[in-house]
Amino acid sequence: MMKRHTVAVLVNDQPGVLQRVSGLFGRRGFNIESITVGTSEETGLSRMVIVTTGDDKMLEQVTKQLYKLIDVIKVVDLSANPMVGRELALIKVNADPGARPEILGVVETFRAAVVDIGTTSLMVQVVGDTDKIDAMIELMKPYGIRELSRTGVTAMVRGNAR
Amino acid sequence: MVAQHATLRSKEEIMESLRKPEVITGSEILLRSLVLEDVECVFGYPGGAVLYIYDAMHGFSDFQHLLTRHEQGAIHAADGYARASGKVGVCIATSGPGATNLVTGIATAYMDSVPLVVITGNVATTLIGTDAFQEADITGITMPITKHSYLVRKAADLPRIIHEAFHIANTGRKGPVLIDIPKDVSAELALFEPVTEVSIRGYNPTVTPNKLQVDKMLKAITEAERPIVLAGGGVVYSGAHEELFEFIKKSGIPITTTLLGLGAFPSGEELWLGMPGMHGTYTANTSIQEADLLINIGARFDDRVTGKLSGFAPKAKIVHIDIDPAEIGKNVPTDIPIVGDVKSVLQMANKEVKYAEKADAWRAQLAASCKEKPYKYNDSEDELKPQWVIEMLYEETNGEAIVTTDVGQHQMWAAQYYKFNKPRSWVTSGGLGTMGFGFPSAIGAQMANQDRLVISINGDGGMQMCAQELAICAINNIPVKVVIINNQVLGMVRQWQELIYDNRYSHIDLSGSPDFVKLAEAYGVRGFRASNKEDARAVWQEAMNHPGPAVVEFVVRKHENVYPMVTQGSTIDQMLMGDTE
Repeated sequence: MMKRHTVAVLVNDQPGVLQRVSGLFGRRGFNIESITVGTSEETGLSRMVIVTTGDDKMLEQVTKQLYKLIDVIKVVDLSANPMVGRELALIKVNADPGARPEILGVVETFRAAVVDIGTTSLMVQVVGDTDKIDAMIELMKPYGIRELSRTGVTAMVRGNAR
Repeated sequence: MVAQHATLRSKEEIMESLRKPEVITGSEILLRSLVLEDVECVFGYPGGAVLYIYDAMHGFSDFQHLLTRHEQGAIHAADGYARASGKVGVCIATSGPGATNLVTGIATAYMDSVPLVVITGNVATTLIGTDAFQEADITGITMPITKHSYLVRKAADLPRIIHEAFHIANTGRKGPVLIDIPKDVSAELALFEPVTEVSIRGYNPTVTPNKLQVDKMLKAITEAERPIVLAGGGVVYSGAHEELFEFIKKSGIPITTTLLGLGAFPSGEELWLGMPGMHGTYTANTSIQEADLLINIGARFDDRVTGKLSGFAPKAKIVHIDIDPAEIGKNVPTDIPIVGDVKSVLQMANKEVKYAEKADAWRAQLAASCKEKPYKYNDSEDELKPQWVIEMLYEETNGEAIVTTDVGQHQMWAAQYYKFNKPRSWVTSGGLGTMGFGFPSAIGAQMANQDRLVISINGDGGMQMCAQELAICAINNIPVKVVIINNQVLGMVRQWQELIYDNRYSHIDLSGSPDFVKLAEAYGVRGFRASNKEDARAVWQEAMNHPGPAVVEFVVRKHENVYPMVTQGSTIDQMLMGDTE
């Protein structure tokens, strides 16, 4: 059954490691929906969070193939557990003075924030799971989205588990 | 028939002089580190970006360097050296075009899990990324076809990187490792301190298997009525041929060995069914389809072995033993996965394995089938048949030679008609099917086995892809016997065009090939030719009696096909048997 999987990959912070990981996905025919990379809790190691779609067999292959890379230390299927997944989006939307109160209403409801104001535009920052960001974007569309930038998902398992 | 070499210092003398910490150049660190990794022979080709390394090699005699005539020759030779010896093959090339000329050879080694350390030069670190003269991002280019790679930034890192590279190449699932050294790094001075330990956090291959899984396999053997073992190159690479022999003798399970597994089990033994797959034996293929238990030992269920996957071994419970967990379940769903080194797995299994008692009828059935349907061909007294040539080579060498092949019909006939009884006697490009591999790989195999007879069997097509390496055989007196099975076409392509593309022969005619005897002689190598049986045996004996390298061309029947054949999309028991039935 096709499912969305969120996988965390702990890697050596080496030049080219992102290319090794993303290249593996590409040439083995695995899909990447989003990929984020940043430092981890340990110096010298980075954590990548990759969102991919496929069945369980494909996820098993992804995991095994990732482990074959020498720079990969650990692979965790976050979506197998209760997890917190978040992404951030910046949305620059048309906002004539007349439309602003309406937009601010949406921003407040979504617990988003206005982070910049132009004469005819607003930049909105929204943080949340993918569905929330999608919904926010849908609501902004009628005003006219000028520019949109999403970070991709970063995630962690809930609770005390590491 | 021993190749001539420069006098080398004794190993102890070398090691003693190399271990002391000293400030030296990156190039000297590289050479010392290679010697400390027990490297005896490297194959290479100099150029601008490796000039410091070659300068350090001037007058250096602690290992031998063979100058090939093309980088492709160097890497295939290093590959042949590794396959025939079990040691790591090493080659050196310069940056840019030198490095990209290695790509085919790296991919060949990667597909067949051959341990190589490939050293390339690169432009100076200050020029990297500027499209400098002879710059190529070789670590980027080779990322999908190496087990790991390094771009060295500081000479001080070289001892660790080289030690890690050899460790990674020759442990776990083996494979090629690339070390790219910028020119300024090879010139940079650094303190050299030998590295003897290796610690790579993300790299811990599982060698010892899970006992519970092995027990499950042993139980399945006692229950099976129609068990079969499918053994592959992993048995050879792990040095587990004796353990495999013991396992087969104790369990009484019939065995088939893949193309890369030839020699892992003695071909003369009663339980051996031959090779499976596209050009496998009738018995090997039908037995897989009938089996109720299939134990895969160090093979990867390549599509040339399985045929149509959905119809492969339909009745069998599948056991898969492999050191690479990613191979298990990749192509064929596995009932009993066993991750571990084949040797360790078989040692554990051999302590308790019981004879498969319920399989008596099965063994008898397969033995009868082997007798009834061996490989066969219609021999001819008028034309030389390629199969006959291989059989003759087998007889004349008592099956004792190391045989390397190129790729195509002659490769399959060599696999079918030359019988292998020892591991590492068979060197062939299986996974990638690399034309041009056969001859240079024989040079490497000979360098690794100076006291053994090495025969390189080639087609007239593949021979023309690396024929220039005849020069290094002549110059270094490397006594390889080069066989050319000349049918004047790209035979395997012609066979497919005949059988699958309705006789539409498109661009396969190799007329205009050189006179191979004259070509050999032009390089200073003895050349022979034969086109009938009598001459064939006579010239072969003459070539064998010649102490140096020789090229022997056998002009064979043009329209000869390899049978049995499983066409793509068929299950492996749907074999075309040719006109011998």
